[in-house]
Amino acid sequence: MKAKVYVTLKPSVLDPQGKAIHHSLESLGYRDILDVRQGKYFEIALDDAAGEAEAREAAEKIAKEVLTNPIIEDYRVEIVQ
Amino acid sequence: MKFGVIVFPGSNCDHDAYHVVSKHIGQPVDFVWHKDTDLSGYDAILIPGGFSYGDYLRAGALASFSPVMNAVKDFAADGKFVFGICNGFQILCETGLLPGALMRNADLHFVCKHVNIRTENTNTPYTSELEKGKVLSIPIAHAEGNYVCDEETMNSLEENGQIVFRYCDENGELSPEANPNGALSNIAGICNVDQNVIGMMPHPERACEEVLGSNDGRDIFRSLAKAITAAEARV
Repeated sequence: MKAKVYVTLKPSVLDPQGKAIHHSLESLGYRDILDVRQGKYFEIALDDAAGEAEAREAAEKIAKEVLTNPIIEDYRVEIVQ
Repeated sequence: MKFGVIVFPGSNCDHDAYHVVSKHIGQPVDFVWHKDTDLSGYDAILIPGGFSYGDYLRAGALASFSPVMNAVKDFAADGKFVFGICNGFQILCETGLLPGALMRNADLHFVCKHVNIRTENTNTPYTSELEKGKVLSIPIAHAEGNYVCDEETMNSLEENGQIVFRYCDENGELSPEANPNGALSNIAGICNVDQNVIGMMPHPERACEEVLGSNDGRDIFRSLAKAITAAEARV
């Protein structure tokens, strides 16, 4: 079983890296791009013996306490078999 | 009085901090390994600059989970002095000992140069030897010094006099041009409500001798030594 954790900056927080990527895309000729936000992606391999609910609980705890700085970031967890 | 300088894998200003305490403050100082958990016998802990754990995950994040930081939390709760410089400031924010967070510099560059900072509050253990409004020339060297916090935190920082240093020009004026990293309200250093924990992005330990271009950092360490002496006298 695998937990996929997506960490993104809160909408209220400016993302200078996303902005720089946006500018580069524009200079490469990509059009109609309204915004780019950069985030982080983690894959956590979990023992299949744990049920999905238990795995989700563990991944949520890890995401909240370690992978995210709650002052500036949000997270989202997906569990895949 | 005794100082401890914490050493994480990737710390690189630990020897500078040690040098300043032993040479310019003239007090005993030890290196404290990040796996140590006993801080008894120390009056002040310095968390030095560098790239602890390679800045992996977020600057200061992995260091904040190391065994010594639990001891530092207890140490701070006892009212003892904790001084974080650069990466040390990032670590203190990540542990929650200081409010807010330090993000990537607004222009994305690693900035390494002397900047001017203005002393905003002289009623702290770290600034008693300075005059209010005094402009110090202190070097910075970081890519994640862009201080952010929410409005409520900002209001409480202002109300409690927790903003200790702000980036300014050579005349002490605040401006966006004098702000090297986009920090909210030009914030260069803050303390906790009790004022025993401070964090700052500029490196006062690199500005303690004329040959390095400035000795403006010395008064910060002198203030701390004075505060420790005063605390010892109260016991």
